[in-house]
Amino acid sequence: MHRQYETVIGLEVHVELATKTKIFCGCSTEFGGAPNTHTCPVCMGMPGALPVLNRQVVEYAMAVGLATNCAINQYCRFDRKNYFYPDNPQNYQISQLYLPICHDGGIEIETASGKKMIGIHEIHMEEDAGKLVHDEWEDCSLVDYNRSGVPLIEIVSEPDMRDASEVLAYLDKLRLIIRYLGASDCKLQEGSMRADVNLSVREVGAQKFGTRTEMKNLNSFKAIARAIEGERARQIELLEEGKEVIQETRRWDDNKEYSYPMRSKEDAHDYRYFPDPDLVPVVISDEWLQAVKERQPELRAQKLERYQKEFDIPDYDAQILTESKRMADIFEQTSALCKKPKKVSNWLMGEALRLLKEENREADTLTIVPAHLAKLIELTENGTINQTAAKEVFAEIFHHNTDPELYVKEHELTAISDEGALCEAVQGVLEANPQSVADYRGGKEKALGYLVGQTMKQMKGKADPGTVNRLLRELL
Amino acid sequence: MEIMELTALELGREIKKKEVSVREAAQAFLTRIAQTDKVLNSFVTVEEEQVLQRADEVQSALDGGASLGPLAGVPAAVKDNICTEGIKTTCSSRILYNFIPPYSAQAVLQMQKQGAVILGKTNMDEFAMGSTTETSAFGPTKNPWNTEHVPGGSSGGSCVAVAACEAPYALGSDTGGSIRQPSSFCGVTGLKPTYGTVSRYGLIAYGSSLDQIGPIAKDISDCAAILEMIASYDPKDSTSVKRADCDFTAALTDDVKGMRIGIPTDYFGEGLEEEVKQAVLQVAEVLRQKGAVVEEFPLSLVDYAIPAYYVIASAEASSNLARFDGVKYGYRASAYDGLHGMYKKSRSEGFGEEVKRRIMLGSFVLSSGYYDAYYLKALRTKALIRRAFDAAFEKYDVILAPASPGTAPKLGQSLGDPLKMYLGDIYTISANLAGLPGVSVPCRVDQNGLPIGVQMLGNCFMEKKIIRAAYAFEQARGRWQAPPQAQRKFEKETVSASADDMQRKEKEMRSASAKDVWKTEVKTVSASAGKAVD
Ligand SMILES: [Zn+2]
Repeated sequence: MHRQYETVIGLEVHVELATKTKIFCGCSTEFGGAPNTHTCPVCMGMPGALPVLNRQVVEYAMAVGLATNCAINQYCRFDRKNYFYPDNPQNYQISQLYLPICHDGGIEIETASGKKMIGIHEIHMEEDAGKLVHDEWEDCSLVDYNRSGVPLIEIVSEPDMRDASEVLAYLDKLRLIIRYLGASDCKLQEGSMRADVNLSVREVGAQKFGTRTEMKNLNSFKAIARAIEGERARQIELLEEGKEVIQETRRWDDNKEYSYPMRSKEDAHDYRYFPDPDLVPVVISDEWLQAVKERQPELRAQKLERYQKEFDIPDYDAQILTESKRMADIFEQTSALCKKPKKVSNWLMGEALRLLKEENREADTLTIVPAHLAKLIELTENGTINQTAAKEVFAEIFHHNTDPELYVKEHELTAISDEGALCEAVQGVLEANPQSVADYRGGKEKALGYLVGQTMKQMKGKADPGTVNRLLRELL
Repeated sequence: MEIMELTALELGREIKKKEVSVREAAQAFLTRIAQTDKVLNSFVTVEEEQVLQRADEVQSALDGGASLGPLAGVPAAVKDNICTEGIKTTCSSRILYNFIPPYSAQAVLQMQKQGAVILGKTNMDEFAMGSTTETSAFGPTKNPWNTEHVPGGSSGGSCVAVAACEAPYALGSDTGGSIRQPSSFCGVTGLKPTYGTVSRYGLIAYGSSLDQIGPIAKDISDCAAILEMIASYDPKDSTSVKRADCDFTAALTDDVKGMRIGIPTDYFGEGLEEEVKQAVLQVAEVLRQKGAVVEEFPLSLVDYAIPAYYVIASAEASSNLARFDGVKYGYRASAYDGLHGMYKKSRSEGFGEEVKRRIMLGSFVLSSGYYDAYYLKALRTKALIRRAFDAAFEKYDVILAPASPGTAPKLGQSLGDPLKMYLGDIYTISANLAGLPGVSVPCRVDQNGLPIGVQMLGNCFMEKKIIRAAYAFEQARGRWQAPPQAQRKFEKETVSASADDMQRKEKEMRSASAKDVWKTEVKTVSASAGKAVD
């Protein structure tokens, strides 16, 4: 009979923090830039250069720790992790081993099978490494230290997840929280969020964990899901064949849907961790901690609760709007200006999401100016422009931050409410389309739609379709 | 007096009075170096043209009325582990044989801001690891008092430069005694400031938690003035300390009345040469006669200082020196197989024996399974030593001790027995473990004509107390004479002082200072442990 297996998963998530400068020097963290232009003696590991901690890194780490219910080590330290590799200019990485800044937290996730708490073992601060570029032509490797010293936090979960859906829910929640805090944009593809999956299997009911492997190179949620399925199957197969799982680091190849060993723990490095003597311990005063607590923004759960009380919008809308802090901010600020939350929500849920999807963008990239959207709503509500023109204007404010009033004026989009002018146009249309008039009078309702369209065309879309409709009926 | 014989402050005054031009001063020392350095080997790099150009710049600044410090225009030598922009900085190691830093150490910037003219970079034990300046990749530096002897180390080049009048003053660095011990061996005054007083930015690290840059000069007045110039709070160094009491020259008063001076009995046991012991006790007596209260006291944990030091310093060094890998700068082996082959060959060929020994020692004590037993234990020992000093400084203003168990050994005597060499650091190491300031002041020469230095230690941030004690002693001692060899040109390798010469010199010195205290009989310390020396 087939044995039943349970998967045990823990995650190590690296998140690049959104500071302007690096963790131990004043160099820019900006992406791009010619190789080795965002560098200085400190982040290039030059002799005699010394690191100085960027305070903002500590604040972000604290903020993430607080938002994930962690305890904060008010006395923490940096340690050196020693290993030789050219992407690491000092041949040690400054990280935290003995006293990480946050520990013992957790977040609640929700999957099809209900709610569950996923523990967070610790969060520590560390520096990123540079990048090796292999030059095939010259057959040599070059190093770009632009990323060297970019601040990271590593969030280490407890082995509390049991399948891919829990892992994805956990990552999703984590990403949402961190984005809400503004601590990172958490983009997997671009590497500002990276997840390593520790996975083992055991027979259902077993007390002891099985031997785990660590999988790297997972750069999308889909890849993570596939890697979990693939690695689970591989380990079960080994066990079924009576073989053992080897504790090792494996690299997931998403094209081949298989993982390959990178290095096994037997010949693993001894990192010779020790406290970095160049950095003084980080002492977080009660006042500092309190100040960070007070600055914590409202997170999604609290926001949803408030939306229920404050805004008359469907629960579904609230869920979607709060999936991005950016979108929620635009919603709230626009609603405050125009006092019509339902209208604001309609625009965001409708046109905004449609345009985002069309352009394959995330809601966090929205740049709509709330005052513009509020004005657009005002212009439609008071009949200055009709629905068709409004969509055109929305696309403008969505893409170019154009002032809607100005745009309407410049492009003469104002709806023509002068019934005299409209009547004239309608008359003309009726005269030009005797067949349609006859059809309508003969009972073909459809013909009316054609006539409305013709009139709108005549009016260059600036007429209110309702009024045109009414006038046509009257004259017919 | 000749330019070369002036103290740094004296020369600074001459320059200010326009008695001597900055170029003249620089040229005098360049000429001196050209004459002496073939024998002494105290300099690694001297960029003559740059020196003279800089001298002219400072001269025009002075002529333009710029308000520079008291040492404006005075040339200086800098230890070769302190980065100087555009000037090779090698740590006397093959692995950095071609390294030209694109930045200067903060201490150097502080000097230049006040008009210093840097003559060149001085020889040292490779990466400051050694007590003799024999581990240098550029060959040993020789002691100007007797060129068959070592100058001590690791700041041997800097101390010799000052002793042999090749530079009026120099910067050194002190991780376990590397300023104070060679100062004692070379008969110059060298001060290690409180940890955090001088920025470590640009000092190529050996043991980061112990390293400190400090001045080496002809007397304590110079040291105080130099320290005043280089001490700074530096935001680029996280371990830098904000201090409001950096007016060190204010402590140059001949007044030790009521000063409490402690002599640790533990420092006067086995291994200490009798002549050195007598010299230290003589200094104590001088200070007592001037109104200080001198007492003996037990300072515990002395035996643990050396192992704790070598564990901590080597552990930090093993990591600090990892960046020298042939990838980015410095030496790379010419032929190698793959990345790890390059690392191995470049580092094997680039580092000398002593450096490799300490990297291995440090790697070992940090490796998993040994960390707690060695590194953590050493850190705890360090904390206990600090506490022992805290207790001592509740009772005493200054602790008086030898700088080294003996005078300078002969060349080639030390490297064969590294353990013995390590034990020679016994009197200096604790100050680094506890972060204390300490100064070595020359007090006499032994019967072989080699100088003996006395060490004065103060509590953290109490440089002024040791400066005051040192100054008071100097007033009694009188102007210290340069070694007789300094008068000669070192044209022949065989220059060596005759003991007779030295003893005559010492007698002259004593009578010149005409202080009765020199004649005072000094009782042995052990006879009155715990009580005031009478
Ligand atoms: Zn940088």
